[in-house]
Amino acid sequence: MPTVTEQQPIAEDVTLLIPKRAMRARPLFDPPIVRRAIGDSFRKLHPRLMAKNPVMFVVEVGAVVTTILCARDLATSAAIAGFTSQITLWLWFTVLFANFAEAMAEGRGKAQADTLRKTKTETTARRIVGGKTETVAATQLRSGDVVLVEQGEIIPGDGDVIEGIASVDESAITGESAPVIRESGGDRSAVTGGTRVLSDWIRVKITSNPGETFLDRMIALVEGAQRQKTPNEIALNIVISGLTLIFLFAVVTLQPFAAYSVASNGSGTVPTVTVLISLLVCLIPTTIGGLLSAIGIAGMDRVMQHNVLAMSGKAVEAAGDVNTLLLDKTGTITLGNRQAVEFIPVGPVEPNELADAAQLSSLADETPEGRSIVVLAKQQFNIRGREVAEHEAHFIPFTAQTRMSGVDLDGRQIRKGATESVAEFVRAHGGKVPAELLEITERISRSGGTPLVVADRSRCLGVVHLKDVVKGGMRERFHQLRTMGIRTVMITGDNPLTAAAIASEAGVDDFLAQATPKDKMDLIKKEQAGGRLVAMTGDGTNDAPALAQADVGLAMNTGTMAAKEAGNMVDLDSNPTKLIEVVAIGKQLLMTRGALTTFSIANDVAKYFAILPAMFAATYPALAHLNIMGLRNPESAVLASVIFNALIIIALVPLALRGVKYRPTSAAALLRRNLLIYGVGGVLVPFPGIWVIDRLLGVLHLA
Amino acid sequence: MNQLKITIRATIVLTILTGLAYPLLVTGLAQALFHRQANGSMVDVNGKTVGSELIGQRFTKPEYFHGRPSAAGNDGYDALASGGSNLGPTNQKLVDRVQTDLKKFRAENPGFTGPIPADLLTSSASGLDPDLSPASAEAQVARVAAARGVPAGSIQALVAQRTQGRQWGLFGEPRVNVLLLNLDLDRSFPVRK
Amino acid sequence: MTANGIFQIALYFLVLLALTKPLGLYMTKVFQGERTWVHRLLRPFEVALYKLCGIDETAEQHWTRYAGGILLFSIATLLVTYLVQRIQQWLPWNPQGLGPASPDLSFNTAMSFTTNTNWQSYVPETTVSYLTQMIGLATHNFFSAAVGLAAGIAVIRGFARHSAKTLGNFWVDMTRSLVYVLLPLSILGALLLVSQGAIQNLHPYAKVATLEGAVQTIPQGPTASQEVIKMLGINGGGFFNANSAHPYENPTPFSNFFQILLIFIIPAGLTYTFGKMVKDTRQGWAIFAAMSILFLAGVFVTYPAEQSGNPILTKVGIENTATATQPGGNMEGKEVRFGIANSALFAVITTDASCGAVNAMHDSFTPLGGLVPLLNIQLGEIIFGGVGSGLYGMLLFAVLSVFIAGLMVGRTPEYLCKKIEQKEVKMAMLSVLVAALSILGFSALGSVSHFPKDGYINPPGATTANLNNNGPHGFSEVLYAYSSGTGNNGSAFAGINANTPFFNTTMGLAMFAGRFLMMIPLLAMAGSLAAKKQIPVSAGTFPTHGSLFVVLLVGVVLIVGALTYFPALSLGPIVEHYLMQDGKLFSLLLNPGVVWG
Repeated sequence: MPTVTEQQPIAEDVTLLIPKRAMRARPLFDPPIVRRAIGDSFRKLHPRLMAKNPVMFVVEVGAVVTTILCARDLATSAAIAGFTSQITLWLWFTVLFANFAEAMAEGRGKAQADTLRKTKTETTARRIVGGKTETVAATQLRSGDVVLVEQGEIIPGDGDVIEGIASVDESAITGESAPVIRESGGDRSAVTGGTRVLSDWIRVKITSNPGETFLDRMIALVEGAQRQKTPNEIALNIVISGLTLIFLFAVVTLQPFAAYSVASNGSGTVPTVTVLISLLVCLIPTTIGGLLSAIGIAGMDRVMQHNVLAMSGKAVEAAGDVNTLLLDKTGTITLGNRQAVEFIPVGPVEPNELADAAQLSSLADETPEGRSIVVLAKQQFNIRGREVAEHEAHFIPFTAQTRMSGVDLDGRQIRKGATESVAEFVRAHGGKVPAELLEITERISRSGGTPLVVADRSRCLGVVHLKDVVKGGMRERFHQLRTMGIRTVMITGDNPLTAAAIASEAGVDDFLAQATPKDKMDLIKKEQAGGRLVAMTGDGTNDAPALAQADVGLAMNTGTMAAKEAGNMVDLDSNPTKLIEVVAIGKQLLMTRGALTTFSIANDVAKYFAILPAMFAATYPALAHLNIMGLRNPESAVLASVIFNALIIIALVPLALRGVKYRPTSAAALLRRNLLIYGVGGVLVPFPGIWVIDRLLGVLHLA
Repeated sequence: MNQLKITIRATIVLTILTGLAYPLLVTGLAQALFHRQANGSMVDVNGKTVGSELIGQRFTKPEYFHGRPSAAGNDGYDALASGGSNLGPTNQKLVDRVQTDLKKFRAENPGFTGPIPADLLTSSASGLDPDLSPASAEAQVARVAAARGVPAGSIQALVAQRTQGRQWGLFGEPRVNVLLLNLDLDRSFPVRK
Repeated sequence: MTANGIFQIALYFLVLLALTKPLGLYMTKVFQGERTWVHRLLRPFEVALYKLCGIDETAEQHWTRYAGGILLFSIATLLVTYLVQRIQQWLPWNPQGLGPASPDLSFNTAMSFTTNTNWQSYVPETTVSYLTQMIGLATHNFFSAAVGLAAGIAVIRGFARHSAKTLGNFWVDMTRSLVYVLLPLSILGALLLVSQGAIQNLHPYAKVATLEGAVQTIPQGPTASQEVIKMLGINGGGFFNANSAHPYENPTPFSNFFQILLIFIIPAGLTYTFGKMVKDTRQGWAIFAAMSILFLAGVFVTYPAEQSGNPILTKVGIENTATATQPGGNMEGKEVRFGIANSALFAVITTDASCGAVNAMHDSFTPLGGLVPLLNIQLGEIIFGGVGSGLYGMLLFAVLSVFIAGLMVGRTPEYLCKKIEQKEVKMAMLSVLVAALSILGFSALGSVSHFPKDGYINPPGATTANLNNNGPHGFSEVLYAYSSGTGNNGSAFAGINANTPFFNTTMGLAMFAGRFLMMIPLLAMAGSLAAKKQIPVSAGTFPTHGSLFVVLLVGVVLIVGALTYFPALSLGPIVEHYLMQDGKLFSLLLNPGVVWG
């Protein structure tokens, strides 16, 4: 049992850096995945698949053309054949490397899907029909069927527990090995097909038809089968396709320009088609074109590794744009239960008398609040919980009408509860309520705590201060969110006074007190009307409309099916704080795209300095002034550029899959940093890169 | 359809406004306020217009200062064909022309041995450049003085008188108006026939 | 470079800077229909025009109708100009009795003036009558500028408005451009130019007997009134062939200073108007700063390049170094009164903007000196740029910069609180694509096409036979022509003889594409932006008012421009620069045989 002084850190890593540990993380280059990806790289060469990626399609067409030219050169044993064939080879590599990146990104999902599929196929169900059970295949279950699942059995489909209580191992879905409790009624009634009952039994009413189960959808999602391009991805595709067209114009017209130059200069040669294609491939944004879809898939995958199931890439992208986070107070910002932190006696009452009475009244109280009183009394006054049975104690449970609970023993009538109720109780027994008591309760309320008044018949003993304990590290997180430009709004059912106090303690920007589901919905709509994107978490059925309305709705896996259906992400760990990580992943996804696009375009500068002087070496030797890298000869210069262009794709695959580093700072700081690395770096890197390849080609006598 | 109607009416109204009313208004005001300039800054000698002080003329006689080479028309300074040579810096024709002109200039000005000022042998943009740089005028002083039979010093004094500094000390470059200088010459040191 | 030259450039920039805010503020008020100090004088005039033209001042237009108005008006005035040229022989104010211009030339000229290009295939002194100058050409100086200004304002509204369906009313914006901005400034400016010596009359050409006894025919005409709007409206079509190098157009160094100021004041002011209308003047100043950096960078490449002159001529014996009494440098194609500094400054300004007026012949510039004007045009004339078009062109680059680099802050790119999404990006890319295709495609045609000699399409035969220079410089002439046409600039490497049906037609098409296929996508983008919701600014918002953004914007402009045109430029001015250093010369080679690889 946790003690009140000990605050649980929610994550060791408070910098919002995406934790390295992830439930189902595989090494980036898992050998089986790599093997499969290599195969897929070739399968993806099919023109129909390539055409979806205009940039790489252009490269493929170029490769086909040079292949034909290469065959011609080889057939005529032209001196140029060695050069043409090397260019051809590297152009094909360029395409394959891009395919490989995509296949790698998909491969990780596919491997997970395979594991999931295994769980699915082997399940049988015991269906209850008219009081009897019959054994059927899980795939035959329809929505509305009722099944019995006992210890050791796999739950055959999604549904709600209608009877019984069981501990369930959900590791197949969540990867978390600690069992969870599932019971009928309330918000812990949902079970997922493919999970295993560890103890006891439950009756489950199936809520999904075959092929539509959570597991089915999960398989489809991780496999990327339903992957659609996200809005930003489409827009970026337009830009890089546009750039590709521009470079196509630039290269195609270079032929007549060169023809003019040769004619007017009276000497020289027009660049060959192979060289023109090489220039084109080097200029078009192959780096981002080749890695774009891999970045998107890897982003989804990274969300998955955090045990969050995103229903669409759009949702992940939207997470990066979120302006407002709506966080439930309970369980997200605070530990979830109010805890006793202080005994405040009134009048002549000694503190230990108050503690003793409070503990006695709480011995049978199994609520977290009750237990925390017992613990606090033990800690502060060393009062041990007694065996109450020998005292013929009679416990009075809490009801909504009386709004207090307590115990009758040895003629004492100890009560604890809401101020008014207990005051009424005292007055009814002829006692007087001291003014001091009201002052104390008022003060506690103002500080965000909950006063619990303790009385023994006509005597007011004092007040127990119950407090919502804010999770450790939340303040820092909210501060980081603020620097990222994200506003946090705490949602709570508490009264405004209490809410304000906790809000200020936790450091959130705003709060919504005494929130009803409708209030929550209105707040979301209001934020959205102001152009803001809203993210929220939820688990209860009454959260469903708000989850559906929010731009990012993260449903808890422990929550109801309705909530899971309404949100566009499901957190399999049911940790609401993870919304913050999802936002970071969304941002990382967009940043990776931007960084590689910038890098890709910046790279072109060096390639011009390599290829243009080489192209016109015969016509205008004076252009050798532009050969600032000092490349050895024209063929080597062109080849080195093409090779660099291909290798940079493969070199950036890890970055595309992992995403660029994200730090929670202001946009201006991020931009400055990334612009320096990927913009300025992108201009500079190819110069030494191409130079080294050029020298290597010389050493290897390849050009 | 409404836009089509507006288009037709606007085209007519605005064409009259900007194509007729505006230039005629400006013409009226200009003629009233700046009569000489508006009509071309013409230079009259004895009631006869000999040119415009703004439009360069072709001078070939040794007793006159020569303006810059002109690409306007076949012989240069054709005011109906204003324009430059449009020869690029690597054009053989440009170099040939400069070389020819240089030879000619050296032959005509044996008294001048200094470096050739940049403007003297390059053709102007308009082909009607009325000015020379002071250095280019200076380079011709000896020849003009000889042709007019007067000491170089007096010619030099005229040149200095005609040299305009930068406008208000700020704008442009120092220059000498060739036509006005030549008119000064004729006035001060007429050529004896 | 001389100290005085640098001082003149600095003075120019400071005066421009000082005028930006007042003019920007004035235009903001004018286009938002607020009262200004000239209201009493000009408002009745404005109202009268609405009445005469049947314009409803209060009606707002969707971007499609706005664009429709622009197209209709442009086509109507284009037809008028075409017609006037074809029938000028029957019309008044033709003291020289000039005949009709040919159909292809009339098309080219009409398109040229309608699109604010003012490319002049014709020789004005011998082709167009005073009436044609006034109602066929000078009117377009007003109209195309007013259309551009209106479109610029409409695009600004796209950024400034939110959740809106309309962009304003084209007719109202155009009328206000004329009444409050272009006409008053033109009347005052024209008189100032006349005071310096620019002519303004309707006399026939003057015949004078020169001192040496020859006859010189000196053209006359209503020059100043056209000159001032040619600069203010960033049109650039000269009354005379020599354009602003002609002493009657640009008589003194001060008139020159005034002319280049006229080119930049409206686009510079618009940056402030932009900031004011989007309610964050820092955004306007950021755009101004990016433009200024590119402008000054251009000046300080061209000026030293021109001042260091042509080494080949130095070798022949021409003084290249400036002294107190002569300008030095590359004076071929330059006027003495302007010297090197003012010619270089003018060349950079006229191509930064879409003006195209020249006070020196760009064709005779040194390769690097000529590279800057050429590149300026190819970048899209966004360095202050055309009236309205310069601003929206730069905003296009801002949108692209924000889109590419903005992703790096981890959010869907935003500019001025508007998300930049598919539609915006599509329209921006469309504009860039059209420009690249037109410039490169037509240049390719123009550098290798052959037609029958003395045939109709291109009488000289090969298109290269229309050139005045050979080698890389000849290629630069073609590239410059189509860049100028597509960019709606109008300046030229004027050695090219472009008055043939082939060049007239292809140039006409390039000018059309460069004007309307740029303006309409931008209006579409503005329409889409206006309809969007405004996203509140937060710490996570990509900041677009600071120095970082300015640097980024400059970088994107240079890289996108350089990447597109660097291959072509390397075969023109870049290689010519190295060849000039090596002393290589080219003679004219007619009808070179094309060698295909």
